[in-house]
Amino acid sequence: MTQRKLIYLDNNATTPCDPRVVDAMIPYFFEKHGNAASRSHQYGWEAEDAVDYAREQIAKLLDVEDKEVIFTSGATESNNLALKGVFEMYAKKGNHIITAETEHKAILDTCGHLEKAGAEITYLKVQEDGLINLADLEAAIKPNTILVSLMWANNETGVIQPMHEIAQICEKHGVLFHSDATQAVGKIPTHPREVGVHLMSFTAHKMYGPKGVGALYVSRKNPRVKVTAQIDGGGHERGMRSGTLNVPGIVGFGKAAEIAREEMQQDTARLSKLRDHLQAELTKMEETKVNGTEESRMPHVANISFKHVEGEGLMMTFNQNIAVSSGSACTSASLEPSYVLVGMGLGDDLAHSSIRFSLGRFTTEEEVDQAIELVRNGVNHMRDLSPIWEMYQDGVDLTKIEWSAH
Amino acid sequence: MAYSEKVLDHFKSPRNVGTLNKDAKNVGTGLVGAPECGDVMRLQIEVDEATGLISDAKFKTFGCGSAIASSSLATEWLKGKSLEDAMRIDNMDIVEELALPPVKIHCSVLAEDAIKSAIADYQQKNGITADGTRQTVHGEPALETI
Repeated sequence: MTQRKLIYLDNNATTPCDPRVVDAMIPYFFEKHGNAASRSHQYGWEAEDAVDYAREQIAKLLDVEDKEVIFTSGATESNNLALKGVFEMYAKKGNHIITAETEHKAILDTCGHLEKAGAEITYLKVQEDGLINLADLEAAIKPNTILVSLMWANNETGVIQPMHEIAQICEKHGVLFHSDATQAVGKIPTHPREVGVHLMSFTAHKMYGPKGVGALYVSRKNPRVKVTAQIDGGGHERGMRSGTLNVPGIVGFGKAAEIAREEMQQDTARLSKLRDHLQAELTKMEETKVNGTEESRMPHVANISFKHVEGEGLMMTFNQNIAVSSGSACTSASLEPSYVLVGMGLGDDLAHSSIRFSLGRFTTEEEVDQAIELVRNGVNHMRDLSPIWEMYQDGVDLTKIEWSAH
Repeated sequence: MAYSEKVLDHFKSPRNVGTLNKDAKNVGTGLVGAPECGDVMRLQIEVDEATGLISDAKFKTFGCGSAIASSSLATEWLKGKSLEDAMRIDNMDIVEELALPPVKIHCSVLAEDAIKSAIADYQQKNGITADGTRQTVHGEPALETI
């Protein structure tokens, strides 16, 4: 094994913290360690100033007002606050929430929790391309619907939902629209006010900021949205989220937002070119399939199924050299394949054969070329070992075999 | 999850990968698992009719590293064994040898099923009524369609 560095193509899981972000954070650990809620001394004032500045940096990226940004511990908390907070605040108006089957677990599990608390949840199916059907959405809205929650971009496939159209439907029926924009913010333009999104969750660590800090955008006017706090205490963040602010994290989040705003265009241009190259080279192999629509997709993501090869085994051929994720979770007796891919109508066999490549700001052209070679070799190695690849090549119809499911 | 050295070794240099003539009378084939479940093992044995011992064993597996290692190890163990001894290979022997973690025990179960299934196929082909052995077969071979 050569000593080359592990190529990181798992930026949808988390991004490395940009060194410029780290530099911005460092003073806030010791010299400027104050509590942003301390109103009586210099330490507190400078911490508060730093938080205000970060809020402004983030608001600029989103093209919203500073006060509409509520800091949290991350996108999971933001999603919990948005859904539970709206459910409790708007209980008199109704109890029905619409979401989709391919949402992140932070949404689905929160909805599951709300169902136990009396909510009625509609889980929309997605089409084969990963997009929701707008007619299905409109048909699902009822008089007691209070919220539609649909993600901006999917974490596994990078598929971007038709946000403007969804917002128009919500507007027409007077329903609030929340979006989990964790994968989109900082990478593509996400302007909730312009689009018509009323609440939006996102996090720093998917946009080259630190882990442990996120935010919820909450519209302050037209409409004025309120959410019931889920964490009670000192009344921070306009009473919506108590708890001492993570000042260094927030400073880093702000810096990450500023860099994203300035460099988004060039990052997108470079990454989409690299992604297209990776995808084109890998799909030159026989029996491969790109998952998710190519018309509306994040510029840095390619989710590819390599038929007749199991994803986890495939990853093992190159995991000394490349870090990626698989749509196959072969870690339990039940062997659950990705529910996102299965929700798009992909057979369990293809879902087990999928790999998610997510590039990032620090991915180089050379790394992509190395990855292409390593993945190709891995697929060939695994196909040499695969009985179903051999059967496929012999012309056996795999669907006609009575498999002994276990 | 970190894999054990032995799993990595079998994964990187799998033993006895290949295909035996499934139509030969002295070859038994076991095909277990399903693509939807994320693993399929095909294990074949060739029996020396003079000695009654397993003279060759081959496998191909679609699955994770532990599934590949389990079937690779199984072929190593099968060679030179009588069918009776081969029937005694227990999945927990494989778990122990490869130091499989609890979440990967199903890989060893599948390998044991593949062994029993290959033996059953051989016995069926040769009209051997394997009293007391058929009941222990977990995975049913799907040979007609291979």
